[in-house]
Amino acid sequence: MTAVMQPGMDHVDLAPADADIALRAIGVSCWFGKRKVLEGVDLAIARHSVVALIGPSGCGKSTFLRTLNRMHELVPGASLAGSVELDGTDIYGSELRPSEVRKRVGMVFQKPNPFPAMTIRENVLAGLKLTGSKTSEPNELVEWALTRASLWTEVRDRLDTPGGSLSGGQQQRLCIARSLAIKPDVLLMDEPCSALDPTSTRRVEETIGEVSEEVTIVIVTHNMQQAQRVSDTCAFFLAEENQPGRIVEFGATEQVFSNPVDPRTNDYVNGRFG
Amino acid sequence: MSTASLSTTIASSEEQPRTLSAPLSRGDRIYRSITVGGAFVSLAVMSLIAVFLMREAWPALHKAGWSFFTTFEWAPDEGTAYGIGSMLFGTVVIALIALFVAVPISIGTALFINEYTPLRFRGTFITMVDLLAAIPSLIFGLWGLSFLQPRLDGPARWLSEWVSFIPIFKTKVPIFGSSLFVSGLVLALMIIPIITAIARAVMAEVPRVYCEAALALGGTRAGMVREVVLPFAKGGLIGASMLGLGRALGETIAVALILSNDFRIPSNVLSPGGASVAGTIALKFGEASTNGRSALVAAGLVLFFVTLLVNIVARGIVARTKAPSGAKK
Amino acid sequence: MTVALRPRRPRSLRPSDALRSVGVFGAAIVVTLLAFLFTPLDGGLGFVVIAFAVFLALEYAMVRQTMDRKHAIDHLVSTLVYICAVLTALPLVLIVGTVVVKGLPGLSLNFFTKTLEGVDPSASSTVGGALHAITGTLTQVGFAVIVTVPFGILTAVYLTEIEGRFTGIVRLLVDAMSGIPSIVAGLFVYAIWVIGPGHGFSGFAASLALSILMLPTVARTTEEMLKLVDPSLREASLALGSPQWRTVGQVVLPTARAGIVTAVILGVARVAGETAPLLMTAFGNDKVISPAAAFHEPQSALPLFIFQQLAQDQRERAWTAALALIGLVLLLFMLARLVSRKARAR
Repeated sequence: MTAVMQPGMDHVDLAPADADIALRAIGVSCWFGKRKVLEGVDLAIARHSVVALIGPSGCGKSTFLRTLNRMHELVPGASLAGSVELDGTDIYGSELRPSEVRKRVGMVFQKPNPFPAMTIRENVLAGLKLTGSKTSEPNELVEWALTRASLWTEVRDRLDTPGGSLSGGQQQRLCIARSLAIKPDVLLMDEPCSALDPTSTRRVEETIGEVSEEVTIVIVTHNMQQAQRVSDTCAFFLAEENQPGRIVEFGATEQVFSNPVDPRTNDYVNGRFG
Repeated sequence: MSTASLSTTIASSEEQPRTLSAPLSRGDRIYRSITVGGAFVSLAVMSLIAVFLMREAWPALHKAGWSFFTTFEWAPDEGTAYGIGSMLFGTVVIALIALFVAVPISIGTALFINEYTPLRFRGTFITMVDLLAAIPSLIFGLWGLSFLQPRLDGPARWLSEWVSFIPIFKTKVPIFGSSLFVSGLVLALMIIPIITAIARAVMAEVPRVYCEAALALGGTRAGMVREVVLPFAKGGLIGASMLGLGRALGETIAVALILSNDFRIPSNVLSPGGASVAGTIALKFGEASTNGRSALVAAGLVLFFVTLLVNIVARGIVARTKAPSGAKK
Repeated sequence: MTVALRPRRPRSLRPSDALRSVGVFGAAIVVTLLAFLFTPLDGGLGFVVIAFAVFLALEYAMVRQTMDRKHAIDHLVSTLVYICAVLTALPLVLIVGTVVVKGLPGLSLNFFTKTLEGVDPSASSTVGGALHAITGTLTQVGFAVIVTVPFGILTAVYLTEIEGRFTGIVRLLVDAMSGIPSIVAGLFVYAIWVIGPGHGFSGFAASLALSILMLPTVARTTEEMLKLVDPSLREASLALGSPQWRTVGQVVLPTARAGIVTAVILGVARVAGETAPLLMTAFGNDKVISPAAAFHEPQSALPLFIFQQLAQDQRERAWTAALALIGLVLLLFMLARLVSRKARAR
């Protein structure tokens, strides 16, 4: 199990070498206008692990997720403090452009959003077009990405139909394939199953399991069972009344669910609030 | 009474939704009739325009026959040699020049307001565009005539010297101004606020989730605009441009002030020459005889139908793009 | 590790980028100057256009050194979008500026108190004034408001309050009406009124033409304003047993009062500067015409005054009248903003 300890959280005892950290948030605080929604979040995400961010609504976990690939700043009035390091480089520094960050840290959204005017094939290749990358073998890439997203067998015969013609679950897997096609290091998932039925949810979870062999995954979820099923480590966010959100507990998923250190974590994972 | 009807409803085997009737009070019936009557004044006006213009245009149209559309002269007071051929030509050329200039600038401005400017300046810029739309066309014409035209001499000379391989810029004598080119540019400035306002509204309808998806894939802002915003808003942008076209076709006074009303077809767009339908009506109306006025009304009738068609088609396209079904391909 | 807790807004524009752009801009100016010196290029506007083209090319070449193609294009597109915004804003500034500069010298008390009655067409522009035109515009616009407002409000009420079968058609017609060229409205009033029951040119005929042009603005803006009225207010009134007409007349319309005023002001601003339809309706006059006489006598108006002074090559008078006209229109526009802002704040 790989997780890292941060100052002030002395209950996690796993400290991987720096080289094994894909993404590290240092003292991240977020504001929307004057309202502070997140304070002092430190989190190190180990390479090729699946990290679940859990917590009640409004605790800032989605906001935090969006700081990891610079989507946060797209909201008018949004600002932040602290830094996020991708392989040791601050993504908010001047070495990286936002689009370069987002190319390496992909994102899957709450609602499936394949581009409506594009076919399935075009959707998978959209990232290449948008980033100006070229591939000599587009067909192989489409097959590879769709296979990774466990969608290939279902759509191989209709790659030229619009992406919008798929079911909700298939659309979400198409979005995963679209993100994978640009070969990101990290994939962020913002409640990817909240708009899906249980069967589709199960398929997406299987996909997460498959994909995690090559990319690091950070997933926000409201579903405790899902967090337990898919993640290796788990961070519990909580915002006390009129306070910005903070990380209350971070550790191996098993430990967070079976033997949490903080009583509030215990209450939450056992469904006593939130 | 009510119980009886209720029991029959239950007795019938097939279940059907009941038609609800809400009888109106006398006051409400009067209110409704007045409102409907008031609302139909637009229908009345539109039909009356068609009817009365046709009635007034008939003598001249009858006299000229189909040659009204093919004659490139305007001498209705002297005989039958009159037609809107050259005016129609001038009107269309001016409108096309205006569109050619205004559409890219308007889409750029709309993108600037929607995507590039910080939120707190957005309102200011929208107000500026609205203000530009509020400036009377006469003032545009006056300004175009005395401020812009002298300053366009250099560019016109440059175009005629360096771009004359395009026939419309090939001038025989180096005299510029009072031309289709200047009129088109002034018209462009006038339709920019119209196209910008609608283009902005249409592009604001693009769901943010698609824009975010494009950015999250590592796309640049330009990539997002090209791959998501423009394809999504394409129909609406065409509609917006057509509304600008409608305005440009019907614009009267600015063109009348700038263009040297000349009914020969000009060989290029830089030299003085050319005529427009609306401008000719404005300039010739005061001095026209009976048949001349009838002919001018006939020209107005043509203008009415052309702009009506352009506008209705444009509104249809814009409305369809703005509806949620526009998300489908 | 110390962490700054001051919020920051990440920007895509870095200081070094801005510095480079300024440098490239300077270089573009120099290159263009040289080109103008050594080739037969001329013209102020041509200079600007060429300088911009050179700037874009140089800027692209520069950023291409440090960025991949996509980012260089992105940079270029941003620059173009900013230029578009400038090209839209610039005419507004230039037009208002030109009108003020050229119109101000001719502005005197005479302009507001005297007419052109008996003034020789070649007399100096300080002789006589535009009182007849100002009163003419006010009279015509006033009549137009009286004619338009009831129909505009009824149309808006029909579109929002009565879910009729013809709502779509009425909306389409109102939209189509807003696309009528102003000269066609003038021709129509000429055909139906001036040579018919109106017995000749008159200020009132001009009002009719202006009404046609004003109705769509008033109707559609009022419609938007009525849509802003909270639906629960209507339901509350209906639930009290009030008939529809009372609900509309005593709840909906009074709530949207300020919005309706805005709609009317915007309609007035739209038509106050119309010129073309006046040529064949009001026709023009050198005297002040009383509102009562405006029903059967030709009348002047500010736009007509400007057009006719231009035709007589009295440019200074035309510019001063243009200043008065643009002042009137901008004043109305600001007033509409103010009223609607107040309405929304409430």
